Amino acid sequence: MENLERILSEHPFLSGMDARHLQLLVGCASNVAFKAGEYIFREGQPADKFYFIRHGLVHVLTHVPQKGSIIIRSRDAGEIFGWSWLIPPYRWHFDARAVEVTRAIALDGKCLRDKCEEDHDLGYEIMKRFAFVIAERLEQTRLQLLDVYGNGPSK
Amino acid sequence: MITRPFTIRRVIKESHDTFSLELEPPSDLDGFNFMPGQFNMLYVYGVGEVPISISGDPTKPRMLTHTTREVGTVTRAMRGLKVGDTLGVRGPYGTAWPLAEAEGHDVVLITGGIGLAPLRPVIYYLLAHREKYGKVVLLYGARTPEDILFRKDLERWRGRFDLEAYLTVDRATGSWRGNVGVVTTLIPRSPFDPLHCTAVVCGPEIMMRFTVLELEKRGVVDDRIYISMERNMKCGVGLCGHCQLGPTFVCKDGPVYRFDHMRDVFTKWEM
Repeated sequence: MENLERILSEHPFLSGMDARHLQLLVGCASNVAFKAGEYIFREGQPADKFYFIRHGLVHVLTHVPQKGSIIIRSRDAGEIFGWSWLIPPYRWHFDARAVEVTRAIALDGKCLRDKCEEDHDLGYEIMKRFAFVIAERLEQTRLQLLDVYGNGPSK
Repeated sequence: MITRPFTIRRVIKESHDTFSLELEPPSDLDGFNFMPGQFNMLYVYGVGEVPISISGDPTKPRMLTHTTREVGTVTRAMRGLKVGDTLGVRGPYGTAWPLAEAEGHDVVLITGGIGLAPLRPVIYYLLAHREKYGKVVLLYGARTPEDILFRKDLERWRGRFDLEAYLTVDRATGSWRGNVGVVTTLIPRSPFDPLHCTAVVCGPEIMMRFTVLELEKRGVVDDRIYISMERNMKCGVGLCGHCQLGPTFVCKDGPVYRFDHMRDVFTKWEM
């Protein structure tokens, strides 16, 4: 547990979080590892966790008929992924697959939601941090949609 | 201002729509010297002239290399040229990347799409003078894995211990094993010292805008960020006015600008 607390406290996502709240998070955390090619979650399944990647690379992908698997984003060491645990109906909207051996800290979403309901200060801290992540990803997605490297004007 | 006939010695297909031409200078020219970041006006005889960045090695003046994408009448004709054909070259023009000012600092090169072409001479130069610089970090974004430029160079650079190269694509299918996401997503965790670095940014203008925002979040100050602008350049020497950008002419005062000099015009749509 001490080790998990240290790892979580060093993660940029939790930077500045007070010790009491960190302790509450540690109570919902566990070490996990995925083999290369292993699915971490699948679209439509209950979204009961989110992950702090410690090492490795994860693809978030979806299946498009006639096009096959399309990778939407990758996540690597130092990033978090998965926020469907926070928003009803708590189901994954995409697949996530480890591209290489990936080690992460998993946080139990139900456990964390319950603690956020009991302790609204913790809930506010978590929501603030996830709002930042979600806004950042929205901006990145918009930039991705702009297709900025497409053909420019003729010469 | 005189167009000189260069001979095409090699045509390299870089991707489905991008190609490089290796050009030999005429015999009366003692090589072709340029500074990384500069461009030439290339003339396909009987078709037209376009400004194209130099993408080759500045330490090898006997061969001039240009890389471009087939996007219009002139570049389409250019792609049809063969080894032994002649291409008119006028230049070099424009400002260069700040390689002397960057000495002693980390150098982070952030580029997307065909923007890697004008940065390749910088990488060649940095590697030829490696001891003068701190960390050298390349962050490169392409549209898809099929659009990645200079694959052999990238493989070589990624294998070096004195250069860190990170690559991402905007979209990919399930067989891709690398990063997916816009190039700005590589900035927060890339290993350079934001307080002692020079950032060199080249790509579509909107990519550069978001890149500057991310660099500023990391703590890189305006006067350590350099960008390369593109406008409709015709004469190459600041006379015709086609490439005016605010109070400057991109062909003469650019294409490389220090960002604090461009901040006011950078987000003005009318410019």
